[in-house]
Amino acid sequence: MLNKILPVAVSAVALAALTACGSTSGPGAGAAASGGAAGGDAIVMGFSQVGAESGWRTANTKSVQEAAKTAGIELKFSDAQQKQENQIKAIRSYIQQKVDVIAFSPVVETGWDTVLLEAKRANIPVILTDRAVDSEDKTLYKTFLGSDFVTEGKKAGEWLVENSKGESQVNVVELQGTTGAAPAIDRKEGFAEAIKAAPQIKVIASQTGDFTRSGGKQVMEAFLKSNPDIDVVYAHNDDMGLGAIEAIEAAGKVPGKDIKIITIDAVKDGMQALADGKINYIVECSPLLGDQLMDLAKKVIAGETVPERVVTEETTFTQEQAKAALPDRKY
Amino acid sequence: MSTVQTAGAAGVLERVRGSRLLWPLVALVALIAANAARNPGFLSIRLQDGHLYGSLVDILKNGAPTLLIALGMTLVIATRGIDLSVGAVAAIAGAVTCTTIVGSSDPTSPAAALTGIGLALALCLVLGLWNGFLVSLLGIQPIIATLVLMTAGRGIAMLITDGQIITVRNDFYREIGAGFLLFPISILIALAALVAVALVTRRTALGLLIESVGINPEASRLAGLRSRTIIWTVYVFAALCAGVAGLMISSNVSAADANSAGLWIEMDAILAVVIGGSSLAGGKYSLSGTLVGALIIQTLTTTVYSMGIAPEVTLVFKALVVIAVCLLQAPKVRERFRRRRRSQDPTSPSSPSTSGSLAPEEDSPAPTAHEPAGDAASDSKQKVAQS
Repeated sequence: MLNKILPVAVSAVALAALTACGSTSGPGAGAAASGGAAGGDAIVMGFSQVGAESGWRTANTKSVQEAAKTAGIELKFSDAQQKQENQIKAIRSYIQQKVDVIAFSPVVETGWDTVLLEAKRANIPVILTDRAVDSEDKTLYKTFLGSDFVTEGKKAGEWLVENSKGESQVNVVELQGTTGAAPAIDRKEGFAEAIKAAPQIKVIASQTGDFTRSGGKQVMEAFLKSNPDIDVVYAHNDDMGLGAIEAIEAAGKVPGKDIKIITIDAVKDGMQALADGKINYIVECSPLLGDQLMDLAKKVIAGETVPERVVTEETTFTQEQAKAALPDRKY
Repeated sequence: MSTVQTAGAAGVLERVRGSRLLWPLVALVALIAANAARNPGFLSIRLQDGHLYGSLVDILKNGAPTLLIALGMTLVIATRGIDLSVGAVAAIAGAVTCTTIVGSSDPTSPAAALTGIGLALALCLVLGLWNGFLVSLLGIQPIIATLVLMTAGRGIAMLITDGQIITVRNDFYREIGAGFLLFPISILIALAALVAVALVTRRTALGLLIESVGINPEASRLAGLRSRTIIWTVYVFAALCAGVAGLMISSNVSAADANSAGLWIEMDAILAVVIGGSSLAGGKYSLSGTLVGALIIQTLTTTVYSMGIAPEVTLVFKALVVIAVCLLQAPKVRERFRRRRRSQDPTSPSSPSTSGSLAPEEDSPAPTAHEPAGDAASDSKQKVAQS
């Protein structure tokens, strides 16, 4: 769901994520100190959010705002309403206001070089959150904090491998995200990698449900008719999984029992379904990266070296864990 | 068929036999046959919990919103207009209903659902009035006038839902899109609307008036027709259709998703109208054509899912089929086929080329035009084999 708007060029994210982890940050690392040292008192952070397209994003915003308050960082927040030009405007105004650090979730992957160069020249370090940019010049930003979609897919696959030991054949149908979107590509890849370990698990059909409930429902309806033996549904997000539940119920089967369901995201509706026993396993894709962001910001301003890629702290949920976690779920 | 059709059931039958609708029907049957060949269970229909269950039932259920919107679109297009805002209006209808239901004192009661539906349809009425006002009174070009609401409408829907996906648990509301009275309720609603429109426009002079406005608005006005009122009415009707379709879409998954509900459905609806043989230049329209067009589009989508066509080539596959169908019913292409056949077979004494009557025209293109249809089908099979 989070990357519904992310339209094109994708694989670079995965590459950047994989290659970046090993190396230390580039030559620009030391220069950052001058920007932050000037003020002396509270750190000022300029944050440009994508927009408010879903509960996930709203939780993301809240997390950043609350974490800034607890960390004693003054936050200048702007909402780009899904438009790149708004984000560029916001970043330019942060540069003019001479904030200590800029953080943003890019609406799209490309077209950031100019404005990021302006920030670099003004000695203001930039942190990317949740989404990457596609740029040749890796010195334009300090670090990218966000989920690793491949790992999410892997976690989903590993659970299935673990829970299908001893079975002779497990038929999986996959509900992919929007074709070409980074999370769809990576979650498919990670899952495929993990289930290689178990030859009895086979993906017998895989189609895109566009990350939406209606998409998930329609595709699942067709799957149920063309494949009589479906054991597991693997959906790239909760919403498609919720759609699949409706289709399975309409076919007179019991979701979670006759057909097991694994999803990714852990939004509230998904967690509710997990607690109700209709979904079997959810891999979290957490929007609550505020605290990590503030830590990174402090380190960057203090001139410390930070890794170029930081993965959000995320967990997984079984049905019992969902029941326990549901009451204080923020999104 | 170039002569103006007479109204009624006989007219419908005649139109089916007429070449315009013949090829879309052939395409629809070919698609279903291809599915059945690949997966014999495709045609099977059984009873499941007291309702029909099967791929064909899915096509009807999921095709209902497109059919309903295409129905409104047919009339708009007949007046030489176009309505791009229907997808956004559908999103608004779902958003209003779901937020009303969630906000009511008893979110599971039928009363809450009815209040929501009433509010949503009232709002759709206003939106249709707005579109009609821009087009008929201010004389703004329809594509521009409705583009306003196409972009702004989705924003309004987001504003209503606060950008969140609103989930409802209301059994009454769920019936509209996901419920069954043996048949899916959604298709029953859409077909009822279709029949009602057919009766109202073909049993009375209204259909003729709409067509005349589309063919020449100025001449119609001079002839004493209230063309403004007619244009205004069709936009209101289109918005109402879109509203009900929006209810079906959101009710089908018991949630309102302002971002994606009815996204690009205006394109599907326009395509359905065009496949059905109505011209975008306005004038003559075919309701049965629209029905077939909407069914083709949904069958195509279901085919992609059940044949296992890879998502990367889905759009290409759909485009190929649509191009094939459009070519098959394009008068110029048909004319060319006919000429080629004649030149290939000039000596035959029984050649229909000498006769100018309608009957041989219906017969002669059949074998030639069948080839491309077969090509498209084998094309798709190759795609499947590759993927």
